[in-house]
Formats: sequence, C-alpha cells, structure tokens
Amino acid sequence: MDQTLLIATAIKIGVFLGVTLTFVSVAVIFERRFSAIIQDRVGPNRTMIPISILGFKKDFALPLGGLTQPMADGLKFILKEDFTPSYVRKAFFWLAPCMTMVPALITMAVVPFGSPMEINGTIIPMAVADLSVGPLFIFAIASLSVYGITLAGWSSNSKYPFFGGVRSCAQMISYEIALGLSIIPVLMVFGTLNLGHIIEEQVKNGWLLLPLWNEGGFIIGSGYWGHEGVLMRLALLIPLGITFFIFTTSIFAETNRTPFDLPECETELVGGYHTEYSSMKFALFFLGEYAAMIIGSALIITLFFGGWSIGFGIDQMLPTGAWWVSLIHIGCFLTKVTVFILFFVLVRWTVPRFRYDQLMDLGWIVFFEAALINVFLTALVLAAPHLEWYGTVLGFALLIAASVILIKIAKSVTGSQAPARA
Amino acid sequence: MATIKVKRPELTAGEKIYFGSIFKGMVITLRHAFKSLLGKSRGAESFNSSGLGITMQYPEQKWDEHMPDYFRGTPALVTDEQQRERCVSCQLCEFICPPKAIKITASEIPAGDEWARVEKRPQAFDIDMIRCIYCGMCEEVCPEQAIYLRPDYIVVGTSREEMVHDKDRLYEIGGTRVGLVNKWNELK
Repeated sequence: MDQTLLIATAIKIGVFLGVTLTFVSVAVIFERRFSAIIQDRVGPNRTMIPISILGFKKDFALPLGGLTQPMADGLKFILKEDFTPSYVRKAFFWLAPCMTMVPALITMAVVPFGSPMEINGTIIPMAVADLSVGPLFIFAIASLSVYGITLAGWSSNSKYPFFGGVRSCAQMISYEIALGLSIIPVLMVFGTLNLGHIIEEQVKNGWLLLPLWNEGGFIIGSGYWGHEGVLMRLALLIPLGITFFIFTTSIFAETNRTPFDLPECETELVGGYHTEYSSMKFALFFLGEYAAMIIGSALIITLFFGGWSIGFGIDQMLPTGAWWVSLIHIGCFLTKVTVFILFFVLVRWTVPRFRYDQLMDLGWIVFFEAALINVFLTALVLAAPHLEWYGTVLGFALLIAASVILIKIAKSVTGSQAPARA
Repeated sequence: MATIKVKRPELTAGEKIYFGSIFKGMVITLRHAFKSLLGKSRGAESFNSSGLGITMQYPEQKWDEHMPDYFRGTPALVTDEQQRERCVSCQLCEFICPPKAIKITASEIPAGDEWARVEKRPQAFDIDMIRCIYCGMCEEVCPEQAIYLRPDYIVVGTSREEMVHDKDRLYEIGGTRVGLVNKWNELK
C-alpha cells in the first residue's frame, strides 16, 4: 500500500475523531446558548479558567462567550463519583454506554469532510473510508446504537429505564424503515452510493434541493435552461422534497431528539434509559447522542445540501487538490453542520413531544407509505423522458390508484393503538 | 324564538396536515430568538435587560434603581437625628429572633454621659447573617424603633466570621433615621 496514503489515513482518523469529539462539545454549547436565546435568557456565558485553585488571586476569564463551558462540563463529568447501583447487571451496565457512543463515532468514517487533497501526487479523499456503500454503512452501523440504549434500559434493572429502553428499541427500529426507504429516491437520482461521488455530482449540477446552477451556468442564464434534463431536474424537486422531509424527521426520531425523545421523556420516565447512570458513563450516552445528531446532520447535508461544497459555482473556480481549498471546504462543511444543529434546537423548542402511539402511527402509517409512494413517483419522473406520453399518463394513473388504496388501508389502521377515550 | 344552529368548528385540510402549523411555530420561535438577540424581547426594558433576552446580568448590572422603598433586606441599627444610638439593649429582638441570629451584650451608660438618662446601650450587637432569615420580627418587636430592615441585600464573605455583622457595621448600614419616636429627646 502506498505509504502516503497510509500515513494520511492515520492522520485523518486522529483528526476526524478529534474534530468530531470537539464538535460534540461545541454542539452542546451551541444548543445551550441558542435554547437560552429562544427563551429570552442569556445562557452559560462566563465560565472561567479556575486558576484560583492553583493559588492565583482571581479566576481567568476568557472573552469567548462561554465557549469554555464544555470544558467545565467535561471536567465535571470526569471528576464526579461514578456510582453503580448494587442491583444492576454489571457487565451490560458497563457495556451499554460504549455501545451507544462507538457506533456514532464509527459512522463518521464514511462522511467526506472536505474536497480531496493532493499530497505528493496522491489524491487523498477527505473521508476516513471512502466506501462505495456510504449510506448503507451508516445505516448498518447506526442501527447498532439501539443495542446500547436497550441494554442500558434492561441492565439498569429498574422500571423507568426499562420503559425507556423498550420505547427506544421500538422507535429506532420503526424509523429505520422510513429512513431506508426515503433515501432510495436520492440514490436513484444519483445512481451511486458513494458519498464522495454524490457530492461531486452536486458540485456540478446544483445541490439536490437547490438546483440553482448546473454545468450550463446559473438559473438566470440561458445555458442553464439549455442543459439537458433540466426540466426533469426541477420536476424531481417534488419527490425529493418529500424525501427530505421524511428523512429529516426520521433522523430526529433515530437520534431520539425532540419531538421524538420519548426514551428519555423526563415527565414520564424520570430520565429514561440513563436514569441509573452517573459521571463518565452518563457522559458517554450524552456524547453518543450528540455524535448521532452530528452524523445525522452531516448525512442530511451530504445528501441534500451539497456536503462540503460552497455551491453557486464557486467550487469550479477554485483549483482542485490544493490544501487550502480543502480547508475552506472543511470549514464550509462544519458551518453547514452547525446550521443544522441550530435547526435541531429550533425544532426542539417549537414542536411539543408526541404521544407514543402517535409516534408509531407517524412512522409506520404515514412515513412508511409516503416513502413507498415516493419511490415510485421518483421512478416515474426519471422514466418519463423515455416513455411515450400515454406511458407517463398511465403510470401516473396507476400510481394515484395505488396511493389511494394505500391511504385507505393506512386510514383503517390509524389510531387503532390510541388510548381509549372516555 | 328562532333557533340558530351553530356549525361546529371543524379542522380544515391545512390544519389536518399539521405541517403548516409546525412551520408557523418555527417562524415564531425564530422571530423570538432574533428579538432576544437584538434585546427587543417583550419586557426587556422594564426588566433592565443586558441586551440578550430579558435577563439582567447580575454583578455588572443591578436592580437597585428599581428597588421598591418597602424592600426588606439586611437588618441594621439606626441612630436618631442627634447621633444617639436608639438601641437600649432591651434584648427583645434577641429573644424573638426565630433563627437566633442576634446576640446582644448590654452595658450601662456611665453617669457623666449626655444620654445617661437612657441607662443602657449595647456594648456589642452581633447579627449572624448566615442565620438571619430576613423575617423582620426584630423590626416589629423593637420598642425603640432602633432596628430596621434596610434595602441592602449584598452580604458576602469568605468566612463565617465575616458574615457576622457587628455593631459598627450595623450602624454603617443603618445610618440615621429622623423622626418617629423621640422618647429620650430633650426637644420633645
């Protein structure tokens, strides 16, 4: 194997792990400050470096607006007593936090952070593993984290964590179906599963949900409209919009964020699956949750918003392979992730928590059917140029008929699990 | 009388789909966030906001100018307009104090003193501010109107000893109080 590639991969693993873990803490502070701003508060803004415990007169305040808060949080987690209740199943109790965090970190490996960098004539992709089955790998590994949460709930040997674990198990498995099905239209459009190629395609032809430019030029120019398949591309926005909605909502459910945070629903389950955890073990859950949120945002960005690309045709003007271009792209990627994390927070303080049967109905009855219909809709739009007009019309008629039947079936089961009304 | 049939309000299709309301909600949340960032949240002005939301950031900003006259903070001793200590060491406050925060050492006033007629004054008067619950019973029970709850509320110290207000500190906080009872006053 090429030595440059080997060294570069080792560096990438280190840097990406570091960046992800740092970004978790950044996500925490962003979430806390933005929550505060939404609620007319200030939030943690004056954490100091406690040099007074070393004998100095005053604590050292950095004018960073509370960016040192995550450090204080981390230190607190490490220094707290790690209390293990006597009644837990020890081995699984210890295993569970790792099972939550490790999958979340592993999935990060396939996401391209930046454009490929050229070092010593070798082109190095800015992803730890440039797999040709990117999204599948992410789904496969990410679904492992359900074991962590379920094991945590079960091994705590206490009823509320157990409820949390069971809820989480059912929820994550249900939404994986919607997640997997909803992404199929995207893969059909790109025709590849390699995330790097997906992004490069979007650099050329506009972000999936923002096709404002293509190889012909911008939307205002005639080159854009003259480009082959532009009308189909615009027509695809409808199924892709549906895909985006289902996918994003499913990501919310997969990462156990509000409005789907029933596994740790404080008002009903104390703290949910991590009620019995303390100190660093709790911190690992925390870390895993935020890492999952980051990877979720990264995936949404990669698929729908051009990943690391700056967009608007600027990427083509920059030289390929230069290190500074890669750095700019990494910065762009991190900015987008940050924006998405803020979006997560915005949703958290807007949409109230669902009831459990509503959550299940949404997953199995609404999203599953919608994603299924959406796959065929996308196929039809993609196939339309190759069909005669009557073929297209027939296809649409068939699709509408099938949808009506599906919706009829769905309606007959909706609410069958709802609590009985007095 | 004619009966008017009122139609029950029903959910429209848009309301049933539910997404519209979510979007509307997000816009409201975001608008709230922007207003908060600009320091224009509702009530920011009257709450003396620091410019972020409606929160006042305490050590730098204080509520003092908004403090009502009737605010009851730390208890303190007062002198009258002739700089006489009003306290006559009757120790009623010491005995009524629910958390037993007050400790008075009484002493006689020597014969040659201007206020010898009063007979007694406190030699030491300590209020342990760690114990004090700001109930105001000392103020209520005092027959000489010598002890008052003042609007001061910042009581800080790095040791238990520092948190005990002695007589000098109490008079410093209390200051002079004019009027009211002038039992021992020649001018009366």
